[in-house]
Amino acid sequence: MNDNVIKIQNCRKSFGNLEVLKDINFTVNKGDVVCLIGSSGSGKSTLLRCINRLEKIDSGNILVDDIDIYDQSIDLNKYRAKVGMVFQSFNLFNNLNVIGNCMIAQHKVLKRNKQEAQKTAMFFLKKVGMEQFAKAASTQLSGGQKQRVAIARALCMNPEILLFDEPTSALDPEMVQDVLDVMKTLAKEGLTMIVVTHEMSFAKEVANKVVFMDKGIIAEEGSPQVIFTKPNNPRTQEFLKRIIR
Amino acid sequence: MKYLTITGNQFIDACLSILITFWPSLLLGVKTVLLVAISGTIIGLVIGLIIGGLRAIKVEKGSIIYFIKWVYDILAKCYVEIFRGTPMMVQAVFIYYWLKPAFGWSPIIAGIFVISINTGAYMAEIIRAGIQSVEIGQTEAARSLGMSAQQTMMSIIIPQAIKNAFPAIGNEFIVNIKDSSVLNVISVTELFFQAKSIAGSLYRYEETFLVTAFVYLFLTIITSFILNLIEKRINKTKTSFPTSSTTTNMVKAQGEH
Ligand SMILES: Nc1ncnc2c1ncn2[C@@H]1O[C@H](COP(=O)(O)OP(=O)(O)O)[C@@H](O)[C@H]1O
Ligand SMILES: [Mg+2]
Repeated sequence: MNDNVIKIQNCRKSFGNLEVLKDINFTVNKGDVVCLIGSSGSGKSTLLRCINRLEKIDSGNILVDDIDIYDQSIDLNKYRAKVGMVFQSFNLFNNLNVIGNCMIAQHKVLKRNKQEAQKTAMFFLKKVGMEQFAKAASTQLSGGQKQRVAIARALCMNPEILLFDEPTSALDPEMVQDVLDVMKTLAKEGLTMIVVTHEMSFAKEVANKVVFMDKGIIAEEGSPQVIFTKPNNPRTQEFLKRIIR
Repeated sequence: MKYLTITGNQFIDACLSILITFWPSLLLGVKTVLLVAISGTIIGLVIGLIIGGLRAIKVEKGSIIYFIKWVYDILAKCYVEIFRGTPMMVQAVFIYYWLKPAFGWSPIIAGIFVISINTGAYMAEIIRAGIQSVEIGQTEAARSLGMSAQQTMMSIIIPQAIKNAFPAIGNEFIVNIKDSSVLNVISVTELFFQAKSIAGSLYRYEETFLVTAFVYLFLTIITSFILNLIEKRINKTKTSFPTSSTTTNMVKAQGEH
């Protein structure tokens, strides 16, 4: 018996001659919050993008619920609906208002009818504190509001796993906390999440596991207590010294 | 055919008399211009959406679809280059007479056909550029939610592409109002054709064509006024670009990767 939701085995990925992921191995259990840390260019985004197949790995396996997600026979769109993604640059649909952003994929992918989609959208907009903006144009929101809508949009698909790629890095400092609070709530509710972040206090408080990536390899992984207080790898120590002032 | 006795020897008087006497045939010309320009622009836009939309799709290397797409790209490029690279007047004469035995068509139908495929070539490029102007993040977000490539294109990308391309699309319409005049070579009874008959019957070329020029100018000014109103409306609702302070922040962060 195991409750691994995600198993990543010997994954490699290159862009041309640049090997971005070099033999990546790790597992995520159900309900885990995994924080991926590491300096810019170490391959964190690429790894997330390989997990929801926005990029393709060159070799190795990624198993989600024990199913090989690179198997030709799986329905890619169904798989993606199950694994949500929140981007650094929000990527709200500019041609749709807030609730439209939350409804479109429910309608197109899950084939929910309008009422059902609307109800679900309002439920999750309320959860992220954006219900009063349901009718607002997505382009008129502040960054923090946009990111909360983007989270609600992902939640509307009832994902099993939610991937966050530096969700607060593009935000003005005063808005970071709003977004982190939403993420904390989701973590408490038991949603499985992988979060690329530079918010070390968030990682300390919420993560079950912290993974430190360095130049395409996992240099160290462990509980936040271990990683933040007595990391084994000198590279981890160096990185943390740089980032925590 | 009506005849006109020009009483005053004033140029302006002559122009006015032409307008007063011949307005029904000028109006017929205007109607034809609008029919040809509107239908040509709309059909051209549809052609452009299909051809330019397919052009913008990226296919993974190594599959059979990649090869098909490669062939398609070449054919689409040829279409665009041929129709943008030759005068519409030449296209009109050639296509009208070449396909006449097969279709037995009237000049007006042939005219709409020619202006549509000519406009389609320009629209294909306009739409392609419009699609490319939509940030890649829009596609990634849609795909990450499980939307198919086709759903993403139809409900997310194309609406934004059309919005971005609206000024260029409107410009094509204005160009078509003016360029419909070349269809006189295949005897489409548009404004220039009517003016030519009036001028010929009166031996008054300067006056007739000055009046005609003003009618064209009137049409294009009204049209661009309407297009501006529509554009303002589109920009006001929903999709205006963010102007908040977070925008610059966002761009910076994206740049850093
Ligand atoms: N689509 C791409 N094409 C080429 N190189 C890329 C692409 N995406 C990322 N890279 C490169 O891969 C490396 C890792 O990038 P990324 O995964 O974004 O790192 P991180 O998210 O940790 O900052 C960087 O050197 C980056 O320039
Ligand atoms: Mg990154």
